[in-house]
Amino acid sequence: MAAEIQQQLLEQAQAVANTARQAAEAAQAHADQIAVGLGAAAHMGGGAIDPFVFRLAIFILAVFVGYFVVWAVTPALHTPLMSVTNAISSVIVVGALLSVGVDLASDTIDGIPGEGTLWARLFGFVALVLASVNIFGGFLVTERMLAMYKKKG
Amino acid sequence: MNANLAALLYLVAGILFILALRGLSSPATSRRGNLYGMVGMGIAILTTLAYRPPVGLSAWLFVFAGIGIGGAIGAWRARTVAMTDMPQLVAFFHALVGLAAVLVAAGALYAPQAFGIGMPGEIHGASLVEMSIGAAIGALTFTGSVIAFLKLDGRMSGKPILLPQRHAINIGLAVALVLLIAVFVVSQSHWVFGLIVLASLALGLLIIVPIGGADMPVVVSMLNSYSGWAAAGIGFTLGNLALIITGALVGSSGAILSYIMCKGMNRSFISVILGGFGGETTAVAGGVETRPVKQGSAEDAAYILNNAAKVIIVPGYGMAVAQAQHAVREMADILKGEGVEIKYAIHPVAGRMPGHMNVLLAEANVPYDEVFELEDINSEFGQTDVAFVIGANDITNPSAKTDKSSPIYGMPVLDVEKAKTVLFIKRGMGSGYAGVENELFFRDNTLMLFGDAKKVVENIVKALA
Repeated sequence: MAAEIQQQLLEQAQAVANTARQAAEAAQAHADQIAVGLGAAAHMGGGAIDPFVFRLAIFILAVFVGYFVVWAVTPALHTPLMSVTNAISSVIVVGALLSVGVDLASDTIDGIPGEGTLWARLFGFVALVLASVNIFGGFLVTERMLAMYKKKG
Repeated sequence: MNANLAALLYLVAGILFILALRGLSSPATSRRGNLYGMVGMGIAILTTLAYRPPVGLSAWLFVFAGIGIGGAIGAWRARTVAMTDMPQLVAFFHALVGLAAVLVAAGALYAPQAFGIGMPGEIHGASLVEMSIGAAIGALTFTGSVIAFLKLDGRMSGKPILLPQRHAINIGLAVALVLLIAVFVVSQSHWVFGLIVLASLALGLLIIVPIGGADMPVVVSMLNSYSGWAAAGIGFTLGNLALIITGALVGSSGAILSYIMCKGMNRSFISVILGGFGGETTAVAGGVETRPVKQGSAEDAAYILNNAAKVIIVPGYGMAVAQAQHAVREMADILKGEGVEIKYAIHPVAGRMPGHMNVLLAEANVPYDEVFELEDINSEFGQTDVAFVIGANDITNPSAKTDKSSPIYGMPVLDVEKAKTVLFIKRGMGSGYAGVENELFFRDNTLMLFGDAKKVVENIVKALA
């Protein structure tokens, strides 16, 4: 008799444990779903900033910096200002370097470099020559002009 | 090198460029500023080579060859160019930046993997937009600058060339350009990219060709601005901070200079762009002017100058053309030795580009603290004995202040007529760049000295000695 009761109790306990486990699993699944949902929400709602927005912010701030810095330039130096802005805008050379330095093996057809990479190297090389003319020419001619500005006496 | 370090170094380069421009607020700090600029450029180049090194020996050879060839040409131009030819050189440099922007965009289209913006045919949408805008502005800058170069260099007439229906053609091209960019973003077709470049090249040509020689200072400044925006467009494509910052700096710099030039000529930016002003050979309608003018000799001028207490020299581009600036400085030195106070008055559009006249005077060893801008010196003419106008015309014309029918009405001018005597050196009785008669010649206190500017000043120097 006692053994029978014990058996019943044991079964009941097992049933309870099963229910609890099922509930826990369901809860876990639910939590996972919520987490996925939250992640998606965070992705769409400003948790991570698109790099473009970040760059745009820098761009706009730099326009303002440029505005104030350029108004502070003395009119007597407006020609050197133009030649030096010319020189610094040749920082486009970084793009030329990336293009000329392209890995020819990165786009191969049967082991032969594809047309794309060869063109990129050619374009990059010409751009590199042009930008280099500008960098050296721009900075040196600015230096030559600035060296001529002398005070009285 | 990791991406964050590279980005920070590009930022450092950008900040050095800001300091380079900041240095130009005074001649005393300007050379240090230029040095900052060079260091910034060095950092940008070395960072790129370390962060994404060229792959393979041949790529390295191309890099060194490219920098070597370009650097040598650039250094040679910088050493040999005459200061009077600065506007042409700057226009030429703008053309190079524009073309480089187009080529870099093309490189990014053909091998996006080298730029980290996707694989061929699978470039990210945003990169495509930025790339096509950069290429379009670059192409427009290129042809525009080539035309500006040819006009400034006298290889092409400064006369505005007016096509019929040009506004309709330009608007049509601009609309076509926007449509082409949209098609390109969807299709990534290399052909469409080519069409975008072609349409922009044509647009640059059509925008600059109708603009007359007198408006070239505005055009050069405007193209300066465009070359900046093109660089910024490419900067967005590459996600490169140095390029984005520089593009913004150069873009706003050119825009401000254009504004200053427009104000100096009392022209609206829109009317300059629409073109058709400043033909060098504008025929003045009506009869030839027959009113008498007072004419003097070099000896008369020397006598008047020697007895003056204060002389303001008003140079114009004609002085530079005649290469008279050294003779002028020599004359000024003799007068200073006699105790005469000498100042120079510079109109914003006295040269062919912003600040051009200051460079030409600096080259002739005129100290920069004797040289003043229009708004700083204009009130002093009333207390001046002699205004010495050489190679300038329209910028001294008093009818800009009084005659509403004058084409230059409203343009700020130097009040030379308020000086006790005006000595006006002029080749002949022709009118100025804008084709307008100068009221000043017929005033009682004006003494005309006819002849080549350099010859006349040399004769004055002889008479003074």
